[in-house]
Amino acid sequence: MKMSVGNMYNYFSSKEELAKYAIKYSTNIVAAELREVNNMDVSSKEKIFIFTRRYFENVKKSPEIVEYFLRVYLSNREVFSNGCEGFLCVGDFVTEVMILLEEGASKKEFREQDFFTAFSMFMGALGGFAFLSGENVLERDLMEYSDEIAENIYRALKYED
Amino acid sequence: MRIKPKVLWFQGITCNGNTHSLLCANPSRMELFLNSFDLIYHPSLTTQTNLLDIINSDEKIDFLLIEGAISDDTKFFSILNHSVKDLLSKLVSKSTYIVSVGSCASYGGIHAKFELNDDITGVQNSLGKKLTSKLKHKVINLTGCPVHPEWILQTLFIVKSQGKIQLDEEHRPVDLYSTLTHHGCTRNEYFEWKVEPEHFGTKEGCLFYNQGCRGPMTKSSCNKILWNGVNSKTRLGMPCIGCTETDFPRANMLETNKNIGIPAEVPLGISKRAYLSITGVAKTFKISRLQDKLINYDE
Repeated sequence: MKMSVGNMYNYFSSKEELAKYAIKYSTNIVAAELREVNNMDVSSKEKIFIFTRRYFENVKKSPEIVEYFLRVYLSNREVFSNGCEGFLCVGDFVTEVMILLEEGASKKEFREQDFFTAFSMFMGALGGFAFLSGENVLERDLMEYSDEIAENIYRALKYED
Repeated sequence: MRIKPKVLWFQGITCNGNTHSLLCANPSRMELFLNSFDLIYHPSLTTQTNLLDIINSDEKIDFLLIEGAISDDTKFFSILNHSVKDLLSKLVSKSTYIVSVGSCASYGGIHAKFELNDDITGVQNSLGKKLTSKLKHKVINLTGCPVHPEWILQTLFIVKSQGKIQLDEEHRPVDLYSTLTHHGCTRNEYFEWKVEPEHFGTKEGCLFYNQGCRGPMTKSSCNKILWNGVNSKTRLGMPCIGCTETDFPRANMLETNKNIGIPAEVPLGISKRAYLSITGVAKTFKISRLQDKLINYDE
């Protein structure tokens, strides 16, 4: 960043504030990607495949962003308990997931289910795989798994007669 | 003495609900109405003349108020061996202002759902453009099931004094239908913080999330001009069923249509993305004052 550690505190009043800003920053990058995908004139199934690919590309390009989310945000809830609780700092991304799921269900591409169970199928798969990538345990290149993961997410959500 | 405008109340295919509503008007307002207008005919009230005598006379009508839907088909419904449309047309030709009282008169309402007679419709539609274009004033639609009695009286008094009334795209007076039912609901704090009631009949919670309340997408002044001067459906705990809108009645009116737990319809004029952003954050906070019972009665 070409900036001394001390200088950072000219911009952020505490470590907690810096941590909150970082999570908002990293989440907004992913939220902007999903918003773009949501605005595409393609099926909800295709949206899942496109977003999964873009998400994994981000994981490869900027692993520190997803690492920060997994290893700092999810593991240190006490840091974020004041002013960043619940969806407060990740609201933009959660909104886009809501839009993806709601539109898919309204077009009968996705089946009816509780929002949180659907949300966990979507984010659980993506976050879990990003974690495996960060641990360097995958046998193939991350992008080679993209369509398989997207297919699994789609199958967990898809409409059934 | 100044001559009072003549009012005739005509009933088409109706449940009589708007007549009941009118008779529940505030007594002093009703007295003022009867002192200011000459109610020459109402089928449920004793009047000095009957409908056919008026139709066959030269008498002019200032305000023709119509309750109920219109049909030209006498197989299912007729009045004095005439179709509703036939009598309506004769009355309209003698009238200055036409007021459709209630959803059925405005656009057919529940009667228009009757599948064996596709001829049932509202006043404006039944008269057609040819007849309505000759009127001094557009047909005034007072939608609602029923209409609040004050909406009827207020409309009559405004037109009496000003000769006209401003209408919206559905021909409803803007003074009465410019705001949402949501406006003035005492449960708005629960809406803001997305607090849902556990079941029907509670003092707490917003009825929009689970119980099908149409308050945020229905235009009416139900929570501004209170019913019987004291209350409204939503304040009491009965969801708004959107009876002032032209898609009324709908199926499953006491259920909120959802997709993956997210309301399929969002408040009027608000994008889904904006609505979900706000509610997603609001839902995060658990405000105990709003989660608790308002009153804990002694057992």
